[in-house]
Amino acid sequence: MKILVPVKRVLDANVAVRVKPDGSGVELANLKMSMNPFDEIAVEEAVKLREAGTASEVIVVSIGPAQAADTLRSGLAMGADRAILVKTEDALEPLAIAKILKHIAGTEAPDLVIMGKQAIDDDCNQTAQMLSALLDWPQAMFASKVEVSGQSVTVTREIDGGLETLEMDLPAVISTDLRLNIPRYASLPNVMKAKKKPLEEIAAESLGISLAPQLHVVATNPPPERKPGAMVDSVDALVEKLKSEARVL
Amino acid sequence: MSTLILAEHDNAHLNPATAKAVFAAAQWGGGIDILVAGHNCAAVAEAAAKLDGINKVLVLDDAAYQHGMAEPLSAVLVHLAPSYTYIAAAATSFGKNVMPRVAALLDVMQVSDITKVVNPTTFERPIYAGGAVQTIEAKSEKIVVTVRASAFDSQPEGGSPAPVEAISFDAPAPKARFVSRESAGGTGPDLATARVVVSGGRALGSKEQFDSLLTPLAEKLNAALGASRAAVDSGYAPNDWQVGQTGKVVAPDLYVAVGISGAIQHLAGMKNSKVIVAIDKDPEAPIFKVADYGLVADIFEAVPELTEKL
Repeated sequence: MKILVPVKRVLDANVAVRVKPDGSGVELANLKMSMNPFDEIAVEEAVKLREAGTASEVIVVSIGPAQAADTLRSGLAMGADRAILVKTEDALEPLAIAKILKHIAGTEAPDLVIMGKQAIDDDCNQTAQMLSALLDWPQAMFASKVEVSGQSVTVTREIDGGLETLEMDLPAVISTDLRLNIPRYASLPNVMKAKKKPLEEIAAESLGISLAPQLHVVATNPPPERKPGAMVDSVDALVEKLKSEARVL
Repeated sequence: MSTLILAEHDNAHLNPATAKAVFAAAQWGGGIDILVAGHNCAAVAEAAAKLDGINKVLVLDDAAYQHGMAEPLSAVLVHLAPSYTYIAAAATSFGKNVMPRVAALLDVMQVSDITKVVNPTTFERPIYAGGAVQTIEAKSEKIVVTVRASAFDSQPEGGSPAPVEAISFDAPAPKARFVSRESAGGTGPDLATARVVVSGGRALGSKEQFDSLLTPLAEKLNAALGASRAAVDSGYAPNDWQVGQTGKVVAPDLYVAVGISGAIQHLAGMKNSKVIVAIDKDPEAPIFKVADYGLVADIFEAVPELTEKL
């Protein structure tokens, strides 16, 4: 079984976001970029399935600028077998990404696509659902448990109010939630080995897919600030403030 | 220029988040229809028909739609789409699952998790865990939107109920099958819509201490219980109690954060609460930067005292 894992290069989760003063976007220059945390979980799950003998090959794919090769190398160092970089300097919308991934799925014919439920930059939570729709494959989003058996996969999903379990025919698309697994750290020898693993580059423009954005970003602004709060020195003072000042009790 | 809203329900009750999506749709204007797809779901259709300003409620009653699976629901919505400009749902785990599939099948982008309607084609939505707010203009002929429930009021009930119309649609043969659903339990108010939320973090130390300290306070305040990711990962609370970028986004009148440091991931889920109270022993905890009232204290002494004095 072949598994395709799309990964995205995003501003590192621990870096505080600053909005550009001209409202054109957020500051990304010279800041630490990393693999989207949900995608690390997806790579980990795929590599675990390979280690268990369920999968025979794990391919990581990223769509973005030349530097996204670093993100792919991280995936290779975690245990993926080879990588595909679809190169573009444009920031693409989830629908365009899904169309490119559909193309890759067409040439690679994976049995399973495992990807993060959302990227922590645009917070869209769309690409996996869109890819599954375009391929006409079944979907199991927000997975916290994945079990492959023969030609089907059973997935437990995190939903509001609890958990839901689905069974899907393969091929299928799965998106990962936080509690699916804890991604491993790549060891230094594996980082070195990853440098020798194959990384194929494709120009996004060469695929003949319309990548033009449909949504126009008018402006990007900082969130409204809260007015400064006050410290209280006792439970009595807190209760008093909540009753008389905030009037929420 | 009309809107079709996908109702969220359990075949018996209409989820309150749907009334929030209707409220948002009323702001961009045009007629609003609601689709109730499920099995033995007449009570849900009745509840939806009571919402103010609804043109009609379409009911699709068939076992294929019983479990709210994305594949059959997206097929129905795409089938109905030619009559509508907007297709919308609340940005709950249900809406997030179904709607991007609809958008892709219609070959349009979805506008996810909107928090404000600027004009009929322009919306605000948070990015980077609420670290920035984007203003987005949708230029496509069809507009697919999910609505952040905590950012909008509920559409009130109107004078006379809207007509209910039965429809039928044969869903394609399923490639995914529902197996089971397990509820996380809990009897208090629903976290996403509660007026008061009491939330605990890693400092609670154990599931037993989480329960014994926070449950009495939540009961006193008629509050829903929430948790930080650290508390969920440590097993102190079930994962659907998690408040944050990757969990639920809440905006209650009162949010009480107990033993929560206030990581950016958590703040993204609660910083639009009307009044925030933080109790933690670390005076440097970032939660105090967003709190309206902060109390630096040992939570194991302060919380029982607070419960007692309410």
